[in-house]
Amino acid sequence: MTAAASAPALVDQLKGGLDAPICLTWELTYACNLECVHCLSSSGRRDPHELSTAEAKAVLDELHDLQVFYINIGGGEPMIRRDFFELVEYSIAKGIGVKFSTNGAFIDATKARRLAAMDYLDIQISLDGTDAVTNDAVRGTGSYATAIAAMEHLRDAGFGEFKISVVVTRHNVDQLDRFKALADDYGAQLRITRLRPSGRGAESWHDLHPTQAQQRQIYEWLLAHGDRVLTGDSFFHLNALGDGSAGATLQGLNLCGAGRVVCLIDPVGDVYACPFVIHDEFKAGSVRDPGGFARIWTGSELFTELREPESAGACTSCGSYDACQGGCMAAKFFVGIPLDGPDPECVGGHGEDAMLTADGATLPRPMMDHSKPARVPVQLTRR
Amino acid sequence: MLDASLDLHPRVALRPEPFGALAYHYETRRLVFLKHPDVVRVIKALAAHDTVADALTACDIDRHRWASFDRALTSLYESEMLHDRCS
Amino acid sequence: MDETTVTATQDDTTVESDDLVEDELLVEEISIDGMCGVY
Repeated sequence: MTAAASAPALVDQLKGGLDAPICLTWELTYACNLECVHCLSSSGRRDPHELSTAEAKAVLDELHDLQVFYINIGGGEPMIRRDFFELVEYSIAKGIGVKFSTNGAFIDATKARRLAAMDYLDIQISLDGTDAVTNDAVRGTGSYATAIAAMEHLRDAGFGEFKISVVVTRHNVDQLDRFKALADDYGAQLRITRLRPSGRGAESWHDLHPTQAQQRQIYEWLLAHGDRVLTGDSFFHLNALGDGSAGATLQGLNLCGAGRVVCLIDPVGDVYACPFVIHDEFKAGSVRDPGGFARIWTGSELFTELREPESAGACTSCGSYDACQGGCMAAKFFVGIPLDGPDPECVGGHGEDAMLTADGATLPRPMMDHSKPARVPVQLTRR
Repeated sequence: MLDASLDLHPRVALRPEPFGALAYHYETRRLVFLKHPDVVRVIKALAAHDTVADALTACDIDRHRWASFDRALTSLYESEMLHDRCS
Repeated sequence: MDETTVTATQDDTTVESDDLVEDELLVEEISIDGMCGVY
């Protein structure tokens, strides 16, 4: 009897997409009490067409039927929604685990105890600096204190291991050890993720994103200290710094999951390939369309396209393509590099060259902007 | 593992996929890919057989592959996706 | 590479033509956080 063929590499099996997402991000609202400079969803003001509680539950029903194992809830600030607990409890009751991302402003002692009592629930507190100066420069005055207070409440309530989620920037990359220590102090798990030029991030990206030298610093830090540090696989482009061996490869699937294993549902029910590409170019449909979410996941044109085998394009001649997979399409898209071109942060420097030829005047702009209007000081005049 | 009596842990969800299945443990939050439909068949057959070896035989798994299956099931046991049959 | 002799009498660990089968990786664990494109 002939031997059965060895199962192909996992990554290759996943590139063709799965029958249902493994997990997905669901932004519940564009409303937010903060105005972080790099907000990927340009949040601030609630959208008048947000999904109703009933519509949200219908989506959860669909996700249950698809056997989605867990969802990442975010926003804006998801706890602003009056039905936040109702939806979280509904999801968990249907067997869909929940992790939610929050700035912590709405976690007081009572809420912390309520959250601690819930099963299959995980919390991710956003923090971008190990001191108020660094953090608040990005997330706003008082946001560091708010996050720490929420962490204190969670610890006091015995929540257990929540996550601290950091977007790595030029200004906090030297704080990685301190972030790890902070997480250890609170019995939390550290998560560091990549800054993409998405949403409001497009404006600040050139000043905030790590330099090439700092990217190497991140890579080496992860290899040396990143054993229990999560990354959401967002640094897979840095694997090109290594030699491809197991010891030089960062943990994770090492591929872009957008439209293949993950996707985004936004506050008005639009489905995008991932939270970093909230733009018509990457919109697959709406849960309000006939067939709902399931039809979009299994049959939308966009996702079908994303699941087709990709070519290396301009990266064909580069020996690192296997390691970096051409990087992040969101990063390329919003800086004006063609999707088959190099990542703007390509460790070989090819992205920098590519950006020189990008036309600044025609960069993709987010289709929606829920940012709060800038406050104009009112002149008081004497009568 | 060949002589063990194993069952799928009750907190594990098994979700079929084109290439095999995904197994997710709701308590440990571990996610495992079962990369071949034969592994899925064997796991489903465990409950109806006394030992792993019996399940492999019942599923017509070529003897040459038993070592690979032994490794796979051991790994699933170590990550608590499978546990000893209680009775 | 290693030279193998064909005179093995035991059956399990000798090199046979289906090395491929011996190396079958049938299960693979991945972190639930290990996929790019979620928060």
